[in-house]
Amino acid sequence: MAESYDNAPLAARMTMFVPHAAALGMTLVAIGGGKGTMSVDWREEFVGDPDTGVIASGVVTALVDHTCGLAINSAFDLPAPIATLDLRIDYLRPAAPRAGVTCEAYGYKITRSIGFVRAEAWDFDRADLIATAQATFMLNPRG
Amino acid sequence: MDDAAIQALDGFLQRVPYVRFLGMRVELAGDELTAVLPFADHLVGNPTIPALHGGVIGAFMEMTALAQLSLSQPSGRAPKTIDINIEYLRSAGPRDTFARVVVRKLGRRVANVQVEAWQESRAKPVAGLTGHFLLRTERQA
Repeated sequence: MAESYDNAPLAARMTMFVPHAAALGMTLVAIGGGKGTMSVDWREEFVGDPDTGVIASGVVTALVDHTCGLAINSAFDLPAPIATLDLRIDYLRPAAPRAGVTCEAYGYKITRSIGFVRAEAWDFDRADLIATAQATFMLNPRG
Repeated sequence: MDDAAIQALDGFLQRVPYVRFLGMRVELAGDELTAVLPFADHLVGNPTIPALHGGVIGAFMEMTALAQLSLSQPSGRAPKTIDINIEYLRSAGPRDTFARVVVRKLGRRVANVQVEAWQESRAKPVAGLTGHFLLRTERQA
């Protein structure tokens, strides 16, 4: 498992080889140049508010965290071991009932040791966000 | 702890599909709530270390905050998350994770909440969360 993870193409590494990403059915939408986009489809088991059928904010948290990691990874040729230092998410509004979520993350400053990332998430319309986020990553945390 | 509060908590835990997806449960000692996230393969984020997904830890702490607030607000609707700030302190290994909440301020409309998550030792937390939550009474709804 370890070897296949390290050698797999980035797209596969970020989705099928990460058990939690696979469990959420995360799909890679776009990647390149320090930027990445991923999405999660709505499913009954992801609901956070049973009265409305709105997806749990926890699913958004996991998607944002993962997409931020993707954005950092996209800036390197080889898989970069990274560790999240902090992640702040503002929930601007709930997603629409029975709607999935898409997240775009952008590494706006990547140094040798630290990556700074911004992310935005929406349900249907890129211009009508459900969440904004800011994360900081340590690069090569074991190096 | 009155019955209404415990019923509200039970309702929160049993009715929210995502709580079941994570597999989390809570233990109560008086009014002190400890949330437990048993290790499960589908929660792994890095298979080489292996470590739990950072998003899972964040979501677990957030759901723990919501569970604690459902105890404090038995008559209200489920609170909504306004913002969260997660700090990751240590890699979370393939073990059970625990979390406890400090409600720092329970206002009329907004609560400020701190959560800490740990695994083997409470003195070595794996992550912390500070968040604001919008409280919704029946009247507002």
